[in-house]
Amino acid sequence: MEIKRMAMAGTLESSDVQITIEPGNGTIAVQIDSIVLNQYGRQIKAVVLRTLEDMGVTSANVTVVDKGALDCTIRARAECAVYRASEFEEQIPWGGVAR
Amino acid sequence: MKGKNRLRRTLMFVSAQTPGLVKEAYIYGADSIILDLEDAVAENQKDAARFSLYHALKTVDFMGAERIVRINGMDTPHWKEDIRAAVAGGADVIRIPKCDSAADVVAVEQYIKAVELEFNRPDAGTLIMAAMESPKAVLRAEEICTASERLVGIALSGGDFRKSMQTKYYPSGNEILAARGLLLLAARAAGVQCYDTIFSDLNDMEGFRVETVTGKEMGFDGKSVVSPRQIQVVHEVFAPSEKEMIEAERTVRAIRENAERGIGIFTLDGKMLDVAFLPGAERVLELAKASGLYKGDLV
Repeated sequence: MEIKRMAMAGTLESSDVQITIEPGNGTIAVQIDSIVLNQYGRQIKAVVLRTLEDMGVTSANVTVVDKGALDCTIRARAECAVYRASEFEEQIPWGGVAR
Repeated sequence: MKGKNRLRRTLMFVSAQTPGLVKEAYIYGADSIILDLEDAVAENQKDAARFSLYHALKTVDFMGAERIVRINGMDTPHWKEDIRAAVAGGADVIRIPKCDSAADVVAVEQYIKAVELEFNRPDAGTLIMAAMESPKAVLRAEEICTASERLVGIALSGGDFRKSMQTKYYPSGNEILAARGLLLLAARAAGVQCYDTIFSDLNDMEGFRVETVTGKEMGFDGKSVVSPRQIQVVHEVFAPSEKEMIEAERTVRAIRENAERGIGIFTLDGKMLDVAFLPGAERVLELAKASGLYKGDLV
């Protein structure tokens, strides 16, 4: 999917994560700020990268502000941010991939 | 239909858009958790809530609690995508807010069937619950209750109903007494469950208990709750007494034993019994089991 504009999903509440995605310059760049960065920073990054890969995103700048979110929440917020940023207006292919 | 008549003493509302609430919702022991896409979610966050809902349904272990999804009203552009996310995620029940007619239930049922096929879940048997918020809906309760085999029960949404009746909350409950009665009559006539409305004043626990007792006495199957603090009260009120439990156990045992010997009607402790007493006695034992009082294996 093509990132056409900046978009954000999620909140800064406890157990949530706020993910901002912007058009990139041909690569994926992920910046993470987390209350559990030392323990889970690598895992958070891996979930974000896997989600973007699954959705066919190859160029984006991603900012992650984590407040102790579970992996499923990170994935949910990342997917939402991508769909918003790609201006996707069809039915969501739940469990599948829109490209 | 799976789980259609399961115990639903407590149905706890949780915003699907708030991960901190969703991931811990099962801890408090509600029989059913209502993951809300409607009033608890701001208009510009409806899409985000659906993603949270889908992944929570796929990932979070709700430890046996039923997963009900309250979709947005059928007068909004959201309800179909809400159903797609909920069914794809594996929700147990779709709750229709502002249900006004049998046609609303049928439309939701047909869309659920289509979505179950779309996501290769033809046997999912996603159930339906209808909440009524208007005088028109209450007067049509009977047709709503019989609109679909998937319908498990109906609920009164007191807040909106009071507004449409040009009244407000009173501790006596007089302002919704007629609606409660009509919904209960329609539900019982159709053989579906009926759930009482929420009590929103979290600081008035005594008022909440009084209202819960009234609901139990009227015949409701359970009550919608908005805080974990309210769950234990409902479970206490709906728990049978030890005497009721023992009587129910003896009734169930006697009816089943006599049925095996081909006897349909008999007396127990001077009371005439037949198979018509079985469902009620079994329900008492189910309530007792859910309350931790009954350890037997009759239910």
